[in-house]
Amino acid sequence: MTIEVCGVRHSFESRTVLRDVDVTLTEHRVGVIGANGSGKSTFARLLNGLVVPQHGSVRVDGLDTRSDGAEVRRRVGFVFTDPDAQIVMPTVAEDVAFGLRPQRLSKPDTRQVVDEALSDFGLSSHRDHPAHLLSGGQKQLLALCSVLVTEPKVLVCDEPTTLLDLRNTRRVLDLLSRISQRVILVTHDLEAVQRMDRVLVFDQGRIAHDGPPPDAVAHYRSLVE
Amino acid sequence: MITGAYVAGTSPLHRAPAGGKLAGLALACTALLLAREPWSVGVAAAGVAAMYALARVRPAAAWAQVRPLRWFVPVLLVVQLLITDAGSAVSLTARIVLAVALAGLVTLTTRMSELMGALERGMSPLRRVGVDPRRVSLLLSLAIRSVPVVAGIAGRVRDAQRARGRERSIRAFAVPLVVGVLRQADALGEALQARGLDD
Repeated sequence: MTIEVCGVRHSFESRTVLRDVDVTLTEHRVGVIGANGSGKSTFARLLNGLVVPQHGSVRVDGLDTRSDGAEVRRRVGFVFTDPDAQIVMPTVAEDVAFGLRPQRLSKPDTRQVVDEALSDFGLSSHRDHPAHLLSGGQKQLLALCSVLVTEPKVLVCDEPTTLLDLRNTRRVLDLLSRISQRVILVTHDLEAVQRMDRVLVFDQGRIAHDGPPPDAVAHYRSLVE
Repeated sequence: MITGAYVAGTSPLHRAPAGGKLAGLALACTALLLAREPWSVGVAAAGVAAMYALARVRPAAAWAQVRPLRWFVPVLLVVQLLITDAGSAVSLTARIVLAVALAGLVTLTTRMSELMGALERGMSPLRRVGVDPRRVSLLLSLAIRSVPVVAGIAGRVRDAQRARGRERSIRAFAVPLVVGVLRQADALGEALQARGLDD
């Protein structure tokens, strides 16, 4: 599956956040790094149609995010920085089941899928717990679980470990490295991007560097030092 | 207050269908409206206590359902005492507390997904007049889910106020709270869209 970003320019009010972004992504693991305000989060939101570019186009598997947003979102899951913002239902199992609603599975089937997913993510013991009482790491695992249970082909993660401690950061990153889906990881964690196949460095709304992790990290350091 | 806290259990109330519980709640609240005599309010209170016992809800969880009324009840009682006799004032106040306790019991013993399903089924005839039951039930679940989130934002704002020595400023509490809640709503909308709920 190919993600093509062609000639994208995007502004929020008078501030241009992306300028002439052209990139084609085919790798299994792609990292995106850059300073705050460099445009990387907006770039991530382009990929599942949360942001539709003002100029240019984004195509996922041949589908344009402008005209086929719903279909693109079925293929591209998204995990936000703050898990509290993406947990919709009051209890853990219900939040995972919520993502399955469009599939209209029977109750027993939904329960089976949810139980398997919770087991995979080590959340079985929290099945009926209020989601807001989980720890930050558990909430982020729940957010990942709720997105991955819908079996997207690509998972876009916008700084999923920023609010987590070291232990939970490792849990989430280990999980991301294990899943079969393609992952596009926006992060400030320069250690995490070393596991990627390709890393994009954003600077002032442009892709300032595109290459393997060591070169990309070196370039990013040169930008900030 | 609806805490959104379903408490897992196997009691007869937990096993009862959500639609039946909602209908029972509506009937019970109607009966409470009609029960004006002190003896009938006493019977209703005993009935509510028995229901909590039947559901095997812990006292702390039961108290949490009516605790938010602790400031409202005295005010209501005083106002009622000013405009009516003592018996009627106590009766009305008690009936409100009992209605809230019953609503709390439904949320304590019913999964939100089951409530949503029951509401969707119950509202399905409204499709003919353009109401989307799925959206209405989603709205309800989001409202319940938002209660602890907003409480968390309020707690953080209060901590920030204390840290800056502005405990008594209503403005210093209200402005960041409103901004925080609006940001949260924005993020939630984006998350719903990302999860395909806007499609």
